[in-house]
Amino acid sequence: MRVSAGGGAWIGMLPFSVYVLVFLGLPIYEVIRGALSTTSGAFTFENFKTIFSGSQYWIPLENSVILSAWTAVVGAIFGTWLAAAVVASPAGSMLRRMVSSGSGVLAYFAGVPLAFAFIAALGRAPGGVVTTLLKHIGFDLYAHGFSITSLLGVGLAYTYFQVPMMVILITPALEGLRPQWQEAAESLGASRLEYLRHIAIPVMAPAFIGSLLILFGNAFSAYATALALVGASIPLIPAAINEAINGNVLVNQAGIAQALGVEMILIAAIVLTFYWLVQRRARRWLQ
Amino acid sequence: MSFGAAAGGIGAAGMLAELEEEPQPQQGRVRRRGRPRLWRVTIFVLAAIFFLGPILASIKYSLILNSGAYGIGNYTAIISNGAIRSALITSLEIAGIAAVVVVALMLPTVVLVRLRLPRLTLFMEGVTVLPIVVPPIVIAAGLAQLQSSAPEWLIKLWFNSPVTGLSFVYVVLAMPFSYRAFDTGVRAIDLRTLVDASRSLGASWFTTVTRVILPNVQTAVLGAVFLTVALCLGEVVISTILLYVTLPVELIQASQSGNAGTSVALSVLSLLFVFGLLFSLSFLAGRKRGNRTSRVI
Repeated sequence: MRVSAGGGAWIGMLPFSVYVLVFLGLPIYEVIRGALSTTSGAFTFENFKTIFSGSQYWIPLENSVILSAWTAVVGAIFGTWLAAAVVASPAGSMLRRMVSSGSGVLAYFAGVPLAFAFIAALGRAPGGVVTTLLKHIGFDLYAHGFSITSLLGVGLAYTYFQVPMMVILITPALEGLRPQWQEAAESLGASRLEYLRHIAIPVMAPAFIGSLLILFGNAFSAYATALALVGASIPLIPAAINEAINGNVLVNQAGIAQALGVEMILIAAIVLTFYWLVQRRARRWLQ
Repeated sequence: MSFGAAAGGIGAAGMLAELEEEPQPQQGRVRRRGRPRLWRVTIFVLAAIFFLGPILASIKYSLILNSGAYGIGNYTAIISNGAIRSALITSLEIAGIAAVVVVALMLPTVVLVRLRLPRLTLFMEGVTVLPIVVPPIVIAAGLAQLQSSAPEWLIKLWFNSPVTGLSFVYVVLAMPFSYRAFDTGVRAIDLRTLVDASRSLGASWFTTVTRVILPNVQTAVLGAVFLTVALCLGEVVISTILLYVTLPVELIQASQSGNAGTSVALSVLSLLFVFGLLFSLSFLAGRKRGNRTSRVI
């Protein structure tokens, strides 16, 4: 029985539509409007000119892109490895539940607690447990230029949510690898390596690349961990926005913050578009 | 946090989607269970050291008192520290309201789209993925702008208290995974039959949604609610920019003002709490099979 969509059905969409318009549409509108306005509210491209001229706003962008790229690659590799190991264990096993819940916690929640844990482990000796241990066996991390407030340190902290995020993203795809495919390959005389090279890796490639893109976007828009570790002074785009919001009003810093916001939206949108293209290919295999 | 909080939307959806799927037939895998292989043991050991190390370091840190001795003083101080306690209450209120709004707003909408307006499916997927494209810091920038230019009545209504200021925005951040969770849940039941049966027995739409559909998509609802709670308790970027003192904001402030021990103690507890939520979810999901009303009908 098919009910046609009458007027009543459309009215039912009102609460959701109004809600999204107010709580998401309005902030986005404010960002775009602010980016294109002078302090007195007149139309201008000046804010975009400012963020694209000179190194002050290029360096954070560059840092954000580099940081997101390497943490995404590291996260993708180790995340896939861990997920493969987990998928090979029986469904419903304690190990599997622990890894899956632990991944959820680190990927969605951990911002500030993660930063604290990181400081407790790798902070300057005698505070950091790991730093102190390493010093005892004769390796002084900080004498070699490491610092948890550096870009490298923050990137390392980011891998603590990048790896779990990869586990969450790639697990369904790994579960879609049919054991029958491996059996078929083996009965045709393929070695384990040949199975990986000719079947598993090509089938997994789109899902892997798609997840890699999400990880890039994940790190690119992340700020909680960096905020808790360093604050606004780290040269990353979200921190630059934070500084501009709290900065001097005279030179239209608010407008700069909004323009940087638009820049972030555009980059995230490009990444997500590529994700969708890859995803369409991935679906072909893993139905 | 990040593509993460909102964002992981797609990921969370993956996690939740997994909960709803029929277990895969396991032939072929069973045979390999005997001896753990080296590549698996290696990554498990690496992961255990990498992930548990810092958390154990946190626990150790939280057990050291200001005097240098070991004790649980930092944990008892959570209750006696007024600032931390009130921030914790604020965050729990936000989480509670956001969780209720997520269910009240998303479930009827998903049911409506599925039942009467299937042509809007693509629109819904597009809209609910938007919070992934717009990072939290950018939403914060927009809200800060709004806060400084909005008329008085709106500021009073929306921004004056952290609870109204943040709950509704967090519902938006939760949309990527809450929509996917409800959608997966509703797809798994025979929605049309349930609704027809309920309506023909004289139930109103409200009764149908709350007493017939809701119990049938329990797992999806719990999944969405738990992840929303986790998001609300952890979100720090928007609350920092808008100068609201929520739990994570207070944790940072306390750690910088000489209460680092208490602050780390509470952060450990919050990690365990969220882990507990997600861990219990993994059991609820398994229990669900076989007792679905739609199977009976």
